[in-house]
Amino acid sequence: MEIIFGAFGQGILWGIMALGVYITYKVMQFSDLTVDGSFATGGAVASVLITLGVNPVISLLLALVAGLLCGMITGFLHTSLQIPPILSGILTMIALYSINLRIQGRANVSLLGEKTIFTWLQDKLNISSNLSNIIIGLIFSIIIIGVLYWFFGTELGSAIRATGNNEDMVKAQGVNIATMKIFGLMISNGLVALAGGLVAQSQGFAAVDMGTGAIVIGLASVVIGEVIFGNRFSFAYRMATVIFGSIIYRLVIAGVLQLGMRSTDLKLFTAIIVALALALPVFKNKIKTLKYSNK
Amino acid sequence: MLTLTNISKTFNIGTVNEKKALQGLDFKLNDGDFVTVIGGNGAGKSTLLNMIAGVFPCDIGSGKIEIDGVDVTKMPEHKRAKYVGRVFQDPMRGTASDMGIEENLAMAYRRGKIRGLGWGITDKERKEYEKLLAMLDLGLENRLTSKVGLLSGGQRQALTLLMSTLKKPKILLLDEHTAALDPKTAAKVLGITQKMVKKDNITTLMITHNMKDAIRMGNRLIMMHNGKIIYDVSGEEKKNLTVKDLLAKFENISGNELANDRMLMN
Repeated sequence: MEIIFGAFGQGILWGIMALGVYITYKVMQFSDLTVDGSFATGGAVASVLITLGVNPVISLLLALVAGLLCGMITGFLHTSLQIPPILSGILTMIALYSINLRIQGRANVSLLGEKTIFTWLQDKLNISSNLSNIIIGLIFSIIIIGVLYWFFGTELGSAIRATGNNEDMVKAQGVNIATMKIFGLMISNGLVALAGGLVAQSQGFAAVDMGTGAIVIGLASVVIGEVIFGNRFSFAYRMATVIFGSIIYRLVIAGVLQLGMRSTDLKLFTAIIVALALALPVFKNKIKTLKYSNK
Repeated sequence: MLTLTNISKTFNIGTVNEKKALQGLDFKLNDGDFVTVIGGNGAGKSTLLNMIAGVFPCDIGSGKIEIDGVDVTKMPEHKRAKYVGRVFQDPMRGTASDMGIEENLAMAYRRGKIRGLGWGITDKERKEYEKLLAMLDLGLENRLTSKVGLLSGGQRQALTLLMSTLKKPKILLLDEHTAALDPKTAAKVLGITQKMVKKDNITTLMITHNMKDAIRMGNRLIMMHNGKIIYDVSGEEKKNLTVKDLLAKFENISGNELANDRMLMN
């Protein structure tokens, strides 16, 4: 039971990161690899600020701001310098590794004995750390999904969605697509860094390598959510499926670990899940063609 | 309304593939003109439209483009969109397929405006869109929230036309916008085109490969060859033209045969 609870809490917190991935990967059709770096940046900023005595909530806000800046850099590399999307993301990600070490001053920052929003809630309600993860994760996800739902319904948000859909049309309607891409990348990485801050506070430390593979975990959540719950209904529903996808991903991981898989094999396992989920349409088509040709 | 002075455009400068698409072009469009553009492949028709829309910059040292007295020569594409409505040849290019009909219209309704945090669509707009879509007579007025990707090519082109004229543009650019449609649908979209242009008296430049349409529609016709306008006719003279006249004219002036496969098909 504790294991399932733990997986739920992890799933919701990492789900916020996956929402950031959803914005670039699905809404903007931009494969942004900045995520691995900006997630750790969020963790670094939040943790260092907490050790300096800053309020844990404010530390999260500043982590979000740091994420916005990360996204802006990737956006600048892609739009102004015309570097392809994947490469722009990789460059920022690598640069952030050094920057994160600068922020932290060392490879790990421990929050042991420091007050985080999670320890605060645990003391207040006298609950376990897993339950505090779930409660805080839910509060954040609901607020974020609400804000994103509103934002992507505004004129600016619509223009960002349209940019991901058809750049020619958006240009013809008088929108600067470079600006839209930068905005989208900023929002995405802002969320990713916020999630990094939350995860660091929840686990009680920040590490420079905590973001390694985050993009793949994010993609796994997005595709698992889509495959299981479908790509239907409203935008809010689809964002919720990303969080569900992230929870399911954590449950599966908890399951295979119980069955005796080495934790060091997890990244391989995740990559295989994502590859299979992404290849699903190809398999479906193949099966369809086979059925058709047999008739 | 539109003045092009000494406009040149060369692609792949300094390579073996160098192509002079436009060569010192001078062209003036009067307010309310509806000009049809014909010419063979590579004549520079699409380049002309793209230069007006601001897709490519002019060659260095070449002339000036003015729209309604504003010098737009160096203005980027998205800023020029304030003045220019466009419909592309490919029905997929003019609309966002994953977005609803009303969302596409709302994007167009805000052409030339700064997009802020106001609602992307208001209820008042929806009513207006319904009315306008009903005019197309394609049954789209009951499908405001349908994804545009579900529409046929003809429906998408009609919607793009509506979008490009929703905020009256100074100039409407139509780049063979019916070429990808079947003849019946093409005729319908052309009908809608004429209706819309007439309704708001929009200054229009329409490329077509169909010479009959070129003669039948609009008040002026230009023929292009090798990046130059080789024939410019309007008024009574244009009305009395025949396809045969045009072909003869072309051979006469350019020393080539105009009729390519596509044109003979029509």
